[in-house]
Amino acid sequence: MSPLALLAVDEAAASPSFAILPALILVPVLTAVAIAFLPGRRADYLKVAALTGSTITGAFSLYVLAQFDIDDPGLQFVTQQDWIPSLGLSWFLAVDGISLFLVVLTGLLFPIAILTTEPHHDAKPYYAWLMLLMAGSMGAFLALDLLLFFLFFEVVLVPMYFLIGGWGHGNRVQAAMKFFLYTMAASALMLVGIVSVVFLSAAATGGPTFDVTALAEAQALSDTAALLVFITFAIAFAVKVPVFPVHTWLPDAHTEAPTAGSVILAGVMLKLGTYGLIRFGVYLFPAVVDQYGLVLMTLGVIGIIYGAAAATMQRDLKRLVAYSSVAHMGFIVLGIFALNSQGLEGAVLQMVNHGISTGALFILVGWVYERRHTRQISALGGLQKAAPVMAGVFTLVMLSSIGLPGLNGFVGEFLILLGAFSSARWWAVVATAGVILAALYLLWAYQRSFHGPAEGENADMADLRLSEFMGILPLLVLIVGLGVYPKPVLDRIAPAVDELVSHVEAHAEDFSEQEPAPVERRGTEELISTAEEAHEGAKEGEE
Amino acid sequence: MIPSLAQVPVTPTPTPEIAWSLIWPFVVLSLGGVLLITITSVVPRLRGNGFPASFTAVTAAIAAATLFNIWDRVNGVEGPQLVVGNAIGVDGFTVFVTLVICIAVFFASMLLDDYLRRENLDGPEWYVLLLMSAAGGVLLASAEDLIVTFIGLEVLSIAAYVMAALHLRRLDSQEAGFKYFLLGALASAVLLYGIALVYGATGSTSLQTIAIAGLVPNELGISAGSESSMILVGMAFLLVGFAFKVSAAPFHFWTPDVYQGSPTPVVAFMASGIKVAGFAGMVRVFWVGFGPYFADWRPIIFGLAIITLIIGSLLALAQRNVKRMLAYSSITHAGFILVAVYAAASPDGSGGILGGEAFLFYLFTYTVMVAGTFGVVTVVGGRGDGNHDLDDYRGLSKRQPLLALMMAALLFSQAGVPFTSGFIAKFRVIAAVASEDTAATYTLAAIAMLTAVVSAVLYLRIVVSMFLVDLPGTASAEAGEEGDEADTEEPLPRLNPALSAVMAVSLAAFVTILFGLVPDLGGDVLTDAAESLDAFRLGS
Repeated sequence: MSPLALLAVDEAAASPSFAILPALILVPVLTAVAIAFLPGRRADYLKVAALTGSTITGAFSLYVLAQFDIDDPGLQFVTQQDWIPSLGLSWFLAVDGISLFLVVLTGLLFPIAILTTEPHHDAKPYYAWLMLLMAGSMGAFLALDLLLFFLFFEVVLVPMYFLIGGWGHGNRVQAAMKFFLYTMAASALMLVGIVSVVFLSAAATGGPTFDVTALAEAQALSDTAALLVFITFAIAFAVKVPVFPVHTWLPDAHTEAPTAGSVILAGVMLKLGTYGLIRFGVYLFPAVVDQYGLVLMTLGVIGIIYGAAAATMQRDLKRLVAYSSVAHMGFIVLGIFALNSQGLEGAVLQMVNHGISTGALFILVGWVYERRHTRQISALGGLQKAAPVMAGVFTLVMLSSIGLPGLNGFVGEFLILLGAFSSARWWAVVATAGVILAALYLLWAYQRSFHGPAEGENADMADLRLSEFMGILPLLVLIVGLGVYPKPVLDRIAPAVDELVSHVEAHAEDFSEQEPAPVERRGTEELISTAEEAHEGAKEGEE
Repeated sequence: MIPSLAQVPVTPTPTPEIAWSLIWPFVVLSLGGVLLITITSVVPRLRGNGFPASFTAVTAAIAAATLFNIWDRVNGVEGPQLVVGNAIGVDGFTVFVTLVICIAVFFASMLLDDYLRRENLDGPEWYVLLLMSAAGGVLLASAEDLIVTFIGLEVLSIAAYVMAALHLRRLDSQEAGFKYFLLGALASAVLLYGIALVYGATGSTSLQTIAIAGLVPNELGISAGSESSMILVGMAFLLVGFAFKVSAAPFHFWTPDVYQGSPTPVVAFMASGIKVAGFAGMVRVFWVGFGPYFADWRPIIFGLAIITLIIGSLLALAQRNVKRMLAYSSITHAGFILVAVYAAASPDGSGGILGGEAFLFYLFTYTVMVAGTFGVVTVVGGRGDGNHDLDDYRGLSKRQPLLALMMAALLFSQAGVPFTSGFIAKFRVIAAVASEDTAATYTLAAIAMLTAVVSAVLYLRIVVSMFLVDLPGTASAEAGEEGDEADTEEPLPRLNPALSAVMAVSLAAFVTILFGLVPDLGGDVLTDAAESLDAFRLGS
């Protein structure tokens, strides 16, 4: 057990005015430092230390969730402290309905990823990098200072680079390089964009400030300047998401990364892109987004279809899941730029859903690879007979990814399509086809690897151990739970999203013509729950 | 009858009054050098390693310590001052640059200690030359007269030529020294010619007078700035001379060769101290002396910056020798500093101060980073200073985990990764240049950022070699994937870094991270130093 992490807990209990958000960043950092000082030979101690640190962070994030004021659409738990006054940079952390569940997702996925996977060598740096990655991801979701966000957004590349390069498979070094440079190149111009937006708004905000709320209120940029700056932001985020056609780093990075790396990459890091598009794209540049949102919606739809088509063609199970991410992230982009409550709510919810189900899929693929040392679908087959529990878990996760009603994926996708339909009808129509394609590639892959006769090693594959099952169980619970009863989550997302939509409406001149169709959100939920009940039986039958 | 000497009426040459208390750092550094060679000549047993290194480090520390008093004086009631017959300007800028040069001397002496021990060389000559070169650098940074500029530059450079060639048993070192000398002498000649032309155009070598000539019309009602093409040519020649010293493209050709051949600790000083002094001299001459002509030279800096950034980052990609890679990286850094110089020369005041701050901060962080990086290169170079291929860094994370980790931190800082001082330095430059809000400055900022990404490749390649490539002779964790070349190769040599080198690298890594996390440690020092030069600026 890491002593430093324990210390942080004591501090939390002792001080009533304990700043919980900085703790979400500091606890993983301290854990990483503690791990660096532990002896490197005992991998199990290191794992316990990492697990302790990440679980404490996860518990803190749950505490934030519990204390979150459901009626407050604004920022909560605000911590603001001068950091580099000469640059106008402050340590400005806060959560609102948009970032809340991403923080919780981060707090949840890291312990699970650490619990369910093992590094094959050099456990010490592996866990240290993972904990630094956790700190960076938390920081990026919490930061409301533009430059602070950028710092975290960039710094997560380093641990991920080492994780892919050090513990990955096959072409790990090339994949790591490609990942690092691709992402860094995309965000290089964003720094220029950040600086310009800050200096161009300086008159309106009273001196240069990186405070996102102040910049968003000021809206001081001319149309051209706003468009250009938005483009630099959009490129950085689009690569991270990734949006077609800048997705090409993703299949390599995902495939070569170690399992925990893939889980975090898909579950947490891709969300930095979509979260950035909402927080720093839509919020800072409402007029631009309103005018050019359709371009990004189009790219999102292309991503949906392209990702699905490419996934269908894959022979490698992990690559297939990677391409499915491209498709799913396309849905989220579509929802964001629908620019109405349903679309944005669906997008935020879908970010969480994708993190859960794709994270779980990567864990499962990792287990298959560990047992069979191959991910080629053609080499697998009939695994169901040898490993019935794993097959059951895989089925549930896969159905969630497909978006089967009654599971979490459906709620998000349905809301997104609803939102997209009311702002750009035909885009929604095409995107719906993507749902069908998702069923095609996942079911087909499942069929080829789990059904049929089991031959050779496939027949003796070990089923899930209890510890493994317990590790993935929280994700399964969430998959069903969020599918059956998403109301508590949506209730917390909705006020912040409504606030954002009215912010966009206030600043976009020609918004009124796109006013969403009068489909009430509450009504939406009822629709969903009836759909869920109808499918509940079907799902259980399958398991 | 020849009169005896005593009877000749003596008219003493007028000598300026010397304000010793304001030029202490220069005195301490040069006197330290003289003292060191005297002591070691008289007491030969002190010639061995240890004493000269510590003597040099202490001298640098004393020189730095005298700066506190001077800083208080020039930033207090006395204000910036022109001393020694108006030939030396003492202001916040001088103090800051002198401090950075002292830091570079400190690091170089620590690394030299490690190097000389391994090479079985002794001799205080290295350290004496180091101190002399630093004294020249201090002079160059504070020169308010072009003649003093030239003297400073030559003292700085000649000591460096000798240091580059001082490893007498190694042909590489000789070759590097010779190349450096030939090309450096050419650059000095060009610079001197520039000084002559400027003198011809304005009738003075004093920067103040040159600036006034640019502002005040002469008896014909023509100011030198608007009319004289002679001063423009002179300015161009001066710029060429300085561009050579700071290895800005297209005057960078010597850099990779000289860096590759010279003893690594000397390279550490070349890349840090000499470059810093060169930039400081350039900025002083151009801001103060040619301030009124900034519309003429600013576009040239713009072009130089772009060429330097692009050439430095792109050519680094083709290298496999780490010293050459770092040479190109130092060219890219020079490009970034030029961007800061460009921003600092902004016609509107606020951008200028931001640019000046960025310039000084970059010099400081760059010196520390590059000294630490070359510290690791010195250690890895091993006996004979020849192990500089990318392959020699393989498995450094296993052989010297701490050293590898610190090297990674330093390299990531050079690449501009957040939470390192390198990022803050780059950010300050970008902020300064973009705050001017013209198409040209945005272009420059964008090019700077994109080339930073390109040059990240070279740092990543070294990191890959250190961390991600398996050691020959050890079983790969995922057997069969990397193991094919393992059988054919010899195991890599053991590294025995001396304590001094480890300390230097640790200090550099610590400072790099510290200033990445708390960049405002220095308080208002940067602002004061950047503003202080304005006191001497006339035209802008």
